[in-house]
Amino acid sequence: MPSQNPPDVRSSDPAARWEHFPHDADIGIRGVGGSPAAAFEQGALALTAAITDPQCVEPREAVAVHCEARDLELLFVEWLNALVFEMATRGMIFGRFAVAIAGTRLDATAWGEPIDVARHQPAAEVKGATYTALRVAQGADGTWVADCVVDV
Amino acid sequence: MDPSTLDQVGPYEWHIPASGAMRVPGIIYADRALISDMDEKVREQVVNVACLPGIITASYAMPDAHWGYGFPIGGVAAFTPDKGGVVSAGGVGFDISCGVRCMLTGLARPAVEARKADLADALFAEIPAGLGSRGRILLDSETMDEMLAGGAAWAAAQGYGSAADLERIEEQGRMAGAKPEFVSDHAKKRQRQEMGTLGSGNHYLEVQEIAQIFDKTTAKSFGLERGEVVVSIHCGSRGLGHQIGTEFLRDMVISAADYGITLIDRELACAPIRSTIGERYLGAMRAAINCALANRQIIGGLTRKVFATLFPGAGLPLLFDVSHNTCKVERHQVEGRPQEVYIHRKGATRAFGPGHPDLPPALRPAGQPVLIGGTMGTASYVLVGVPENEARGFSSACHGAGRQMSRHQARKLWHGRQVVDALAARGIIVRSPSFRGVAEEAPDAYKDVTAVVDAAEGAGIARKVARLEPIVCIKG
Repeated sequence: MPSQNPPDVRSSDPAARWEHFPHDADIGIRGVGGSPAAAFEQGALALTAAITDPQCVEPREAVAVHCEARDLELLFVEWLNALVFEMATRGMIFGRFAVAIAGTRLDATAWGEPIDVARHQPAAEVKGATYTALRVAQGADGTWVADCVVDV
Repeated sequence: MDPSTLDQVGPYEWHIPASGAMRVPGIIYADRALISDMDEKVREQVVNVACLPGIITASYAMPDAHWGYGFPIGGVAAFTPDKGGVVSAGGVGFDISCGVRCMLTGLARPAVEARKADLADALFAEIPAGLGSRGRILLDSETMDEMLAGGAAWAAAQGYGSAADLERIEEQGRMAGAKPEFVSDHAKKRQRQEMGTLGSGNHYLEVQEIAQIFDKTTAKSFGLERGEVVVSIHCGSRGLGHQIGTEFLRDMVISAADYGITLIDRELACAPIRSTIGERYLGAMRAAINCALANRQIIGGLTRKVFATLFPGAGLPLLFDVSHNTCKVERHQVEGRPQEVYIHRKGATRAFGPGHPDLPPALRPAGQPVLIGGTMGTASYVLVGVPENEARGFSSACHGAGRQMSRHQARKLWHGRQVVDALAARGIIVRSPSFRGVAEEAPDAYKDVTAVVDAAEGAGIARKVARLEPIVCIKG
């Protein structure tokens, strides 16, 4: 897995996008995609964007991430918290993600590089993903949306 | 929030009568303008907390309350195990025991002013700040457990400060009942290289001038002289606390149903105080309090080192060290008799009044110093706990200015360079690893801290002692 080339998520999923939504003290992150896995990939980009511009992150190293939860919403929180843990303990930041979800299990690869304060200008450290405004749902147009507020 | 939808009890006190699933009323301390500016979500969260099992007296919100997750930030709630009371990981939050310490330099402003650029550079070089910064202490598993059990006392024994500091820290620098064995390996791994780091977001170290004294007698007993300089440090339990919060929040979300607890909001995740998970959380959370106390003690030590180089003879004695995000067991008068209660303060400060037995002899006559953090461009305040606040929120007060604007909005409005330059023009030096971080923390993204402390004084929860103005700010 670590030798695999990072995917260009945007080109493979026309619905894929991410954004932030406001929360008084913290940051709301939103991932949108054609499947739950794609929405989770975009949500992870929104997580990185709370810290720095994801496009500034070079995909030099791959890190495997695995987690489980009893439903998709709890799985989204687990996924984000797994990334927060990997960022904190490896001193890394991630800019590309490939997620596969099978039932209650998520297997993913995150590509990134060691944090470079001068180049990344990290705005804030994400402490953890919360259950506030947590929602993973499929819209009428078939796209999946994954929302969560992260504590910074 | 529309003030007309609340019951106004006085100029600074607003009630939400208990109705529906609420077990107690909601009480918000603020003036009309602060209430009007508060997000409607604050009311919703005050009401949700009022519905939790075993809550007593009221669900409180301090004048700086804003939309948090589960509990409002600025929320205070007490629970009794006798009524099936709960402990809530969400009610403490991720940054367990985040707090402020204030150290006195005894230096006059002109002496510091003459060397403030050197001071800013030296502090920025000495104190690791921002994402990705690492501390110089590497903890192995044995020293990790010693730190988690020993708190600031452990840090003092490592050469960061002295035993004299400890009585000026809540819990005398060491939280009893900490259980390092209930702290996960993941949490410990996150902390291995983070001791003595400031963190990021709203965390800072500020050099401040005592610009105004409101209460001469109390200020004198605190050692606060107008025109002198103090150092305030705002940070918490770093990665360890964040990971403990994350893990127990998840575990309590899952276990709630097993204990017959219906969560109106998953972020209110809680467990009975008398339950295995409740006891495990309390042990781990107390270990995280020690981590925060040790962290601030180390940063205090690094600060002293910088001052000793630039200003020989400046010892920087500690005025006090307060914690904001905690659940503590305290004895309070409840329904006419003293009871042990579990008080959650989420973005709120303990504020013991005069004579409280937990205060050190030097502070007992005046009451506990309450340190209110401002922003890079606005004042901070030193308040003191008052006797009547025990009946108005279990001896609690506000903790800071409180945000009034999201980071998202702030980033759209300002650029960090522009904020740094504007503050420099006012004589305030900011050093930060991130301009974007500075923009998100721009002074105007926060409520008016003066209105917040005036409301705290007006509501009778704390009294103003001194106003501090920033000179140098090291921003994480």
